[in-house]
Amino acid sequence: MQTDLHLFATAILLPLAGAVVAGLGGRLLGDAMAKIITIGCMGVAALCGVGALYGGWSAGFAPQTVPLADWVNAGGFHATWTLRFDTLSVTMTAMVLCVSLLVHCYSLGYMSHETMPTYRFFSYLSLFTFAMLMLVSSNDLIQLFFGWEGVGLASYLLIGYWYDRPSATAAAIKAFVVNRVADLFFLVGIGLVYVLFHTVQYDQIFATVPQVLGASYSLFGTTFNMMEVICFLLFVGAMGKSAQLFLHTWLPDAMEGPTPVSALIHAATMVTAGVFLMARMSPLLEFAPGTRMFVIFIGATTCFFAATVGMVQPDIKRTIAYSTCSQLGYMFAAVGVGAYQASVFHLTTHAFFKALLFLGAGSVIHAVHDEQNMFRMGGLWKKLPLTYAVMWIGSLALAGVFPFAGYWSKDAILNALWASGSSMSHYAWTLGTITAFITAFYSWRLLFLVFHGAPADEHVRDAAHESPAVMTVPLVLLAIGAVVAGVALAPYYIGAKQDLFWNGAIFNAPGNSIMETFEHVPALIGLLPSIAGLAGIALAYVFYVASPALPASMARSFGPVYRFLLNKWYFDELYTVIFVRPYAAIARVLWKEGDEGAVEGLPRDLVRATVTGASEAVKLQTGSIAIYAFTMLAGLVVLLTVALCG
Amino acid sequence: MTPAIAPIGLGPYLIVSAALLVLGVFGIFLNRKNVIIILMSMELILLSANLNFVAFSSAHADLSGQIMVLFVLTIAAAEAAIGLAIVTVYFRNRGSIQVEDVTMMKG
Amino acid sequence: MIPQLVFYVFATVLLVSATMVITARNPVHSVLFLILAFFNAAGLFLVAGAEFLAMLLVIVYVGAVAVLFLFVVMMLDIDFTQMREGFQRHAPIGACVGGILFVELIMALGNWKMAPDTGIAPLSGAPGLTNTAALGTLIYTHYVLLFQSCGLVLLVAMIGAIVLTLRQTNTGRRQDISKQHARTREDTLVLVDLPLGENVLGNGGFLRPHTSYYENAVPGSYGSGGQAEADKRETGA
Repeated sequence: MQTDLHLFATAILLPLAGAVVAGLGGRLLGDAMAKIITIGCMGVAALCGVGALYGGWSAGFAPQTVPLADWVNAGGFHATWTLRFDTLSVTMTAMVLCVSLLVHCYSLGYMSHETMPTYRFFSYLSLFTFAMLMLVSSNDLIQLFFGWEGVGLASYLLIGYWYDRPSATAAAIKAFVVNRVADLFFLVGIGLVYVLFHTVQYDQIFATVPQVLGASYSLFGTTFNMMEVICFLLFVGAMGKSAQLFLHTWLPDAMEGPTPVSALIHAATMVTAGVFLMARMSPLLEFAPGTRMFVIFIGATTCFFAATVGMVQPDIKRTIAYSTCSQLGYMFAAVGVGAYQASVFHLTTHAFFKALLFLGAGSVIHAVHDEQNMFRMGGLWKKLPLTYAVMWIGSLALAGVFPFAGYWSKDAILNALWASGSSMSHYAWTLGTITAFITAFYSWRLLFLVFHGAPADEHVRDAAHESPAVMTVPLVLLAIGAVVAGVALAPYYIGAKQDLFWNGAIFNAPGNSIMETFEHVPALIGLLPSIAGLAGIALAYVFYVASPALPASMARSFGPVYRFLLNKWYFDELYTVIFVRPYAAIARVLWKEGDEGAVEGLPRDLVRATVTGASEAVKLQTGSIAIYAFTMLAGLVVLLTVALCG
Repeated sequence: MTPAIAPIGLGPYLIVSAALLVLGVFGIFLNRKNVIIILMSMELILLSANLNFVAFSSAHADLSGQIMVLFVLTIAAAEAAIGLAIVTVYFRNRGSIQVEDVTMMKG
Repeated sequence: MIPQLVFYVFATVLLVSATMVITARNPVHSVLFLILAFFNAAGLFLVAGAEFLAMLLVIVYVGAVAVLFLFVVMMLDIDFTQMREGFQRHAPIGACVGGILFVELIMALGNWKMAPDTGIAPLSGAPGLTNTAALGTLIYTHYVLLFQSCGLVLLVAMIGAIVLTLRQTNTGRRQDISKQHARTREDTLVLVDLPLGENVLGNGGFLRPHTSYYENAVPGSYGSGGQAEADKRETGA
């Protein structure tokens, strides 16, 4: 058991070591050495992570902690660096490390055309991984927040990696700022947790939950249920990280970063943090039914919204990005009905096939020399047979076709939504099923546009070549994961052995039996998602292979709808009007009036006033002793008058 | 022991002293240019203070007042010596003792 | 009756002479009136029973301070008529300030009562002592520190006055002691063989080395420039 903990700690700290050595010493060590170090660290860490998972699994996942160091110890507030060893953290750690290792390897090939040294990139990747590991292995909310912010920082650095491209820097700033908005809510949520529980440590919080159920919180004369408020705030934080509706705008823009970064953000790190937080906070969330309704609503709506937008995007990476957004919606919907296990299961399978899809897309982009518009590709399948194959596997998994990974998890979520029985969950089920159809449609739209049909440019097609082995091997490994992860893990995550597997890491309230009942849905309901998926594939075949003229005429006849979808429901434009412009105006006023006028102006005016005042005051000093004497005597008279009359 | 000023009383002394003080102040204003007269006026002011001391000392049969006069005399003598030395030096340097010319300390 | 008469005479003369001090056209007259004022003040002191202070006033003020004033006024070659400028102009302001001051003082005197009993024992000499003896006793016992401080003040004033007025010229000649100690007989004396019976003066008198006189001066003082400068001074003069 002790070995597992050591392996676990090593797995989490090694990426940091790699990041620090490569980042700070990259210039000295040289590019190749820095890459070797980061990948070596990551490889050893992944081995340790898998070893810890294996050890923990065989030992039954008894929750344990690994204290590392003291952090904050002020008054009643106590926060430590402690690693938490339970099912949730260990499985997440192993998953993150494996995906991250593959992304590291893949990056070797993908970034080989860079003219600048890329040790910085690898260092950031390792840092990103480390931050995510800190997040998932945290034992209290403060450490979780540390990882949370570390992920935000690393994503900012990586999205803006090509800092000479204005669009990349803008996207990086956008991602950072949107996340900060959500983080504010998260931070307030943590503050309220401390107010209510007087601790930020998970075990103590969860143990205290029954005592504080009735607590209320008064603000502006309105009384709220404290638990609902906390869960709502935490969920808003999760919305930002996981790109849920209203705070999703940064995710598509984050495609400006190198493709491996997109894979890492979408598969293993960053966006899954929100879902993880919800699963981690399940003991709280179980007692906040109102917030869970809201979670279902946001999740289902995001799911549908992102899928519709993904349907019409011309950019290969953005299509996949919206698909991530959509899949995260599924996960949140599952969280909303209390099926956290299903949510985490989908998170895990999604990590495999989404990393696969992104890396596959990266392979395509690499092959056609940084072209991302799908309409300028086509007919690539003969040139990129391996990529073609793995993209098929990834798409099948994404669409939820039996027996690929996505089938098991998505099916579980939709069944749980149906089984939950409330009107909100039925709303989510309806949207989810429609989305399953749309998902299949846009996945095969992508496949058909990129790999089939007539090439838009023969030269591009002929120049395309399969990626080197360092890129294809991760693809193959991920493809295997995308095929088997679902069938292999389903019994443990959501099936018969789930109680033993989770061992209390995820909490279901006594009345919440969704994890038992979701299996018992009508056969038709259970099959509907698969049918919808197949229908979507068929429709995509009709649109893009059978009659390629159809999409254009559809777009013409449904012009407004098409433009609405193409412009992502006009969210960016809306935000520009509502937030960005007023904010820019306020910022300009503060800059011109506040900063230049007051902050800079005040000392300047003060200096000016002092100088003028001094030169005026100097004139008082005539140097004439007679006037001094006169003044002194006049003062004496005044003093005497005051003394006599006063 | 009856005070020596008993037949006259304290009042007349104080009035004389006040008049002397006012004359000294007046002198400073009148002779704004002549520093020597200003010094003399200051001697008059100090003399009025001395007169007050002596009068009260006598009225209270307390010798402290007279000792204070002794000290005031000391200070007055020192002040006169230094003042006149400054006047001499100033005259030697500038060829004049007009106080209104003394504006070297002007800011 | 006699003391009142004496008091009023002295007081009147004091105030009149004080007025003359500040209004006299000739500063010499001012000083002389100042002396008169001091004399009368001494008289008032006497009436009040402070005979030691009266003598002190006459000796110190009249004998030293006022004479110092007189000395300075006469020594400085000043056009005093020019100093009278602005006399008319400043008179109203002076009268105004002085008048306010006087009125206020009179007001204060009019409404003033002696505190019944301050509880502080009056500091007076042993009965039977004269005023001078009593003052002496107190000065050397109770007020000895202040008295010594007064002495220091006077010393500082004296040094200050000297420093201020001392004119640094090289007309003085100061010794260089170390040089004098180090000199040998040969530096100072020249032996001359003289035939028996000859007159010393006839052979040039008592001789010493030509430059020895000037070399002993402290640098910067008269004659320190050596013989050359001394010769130049002689020929130039």
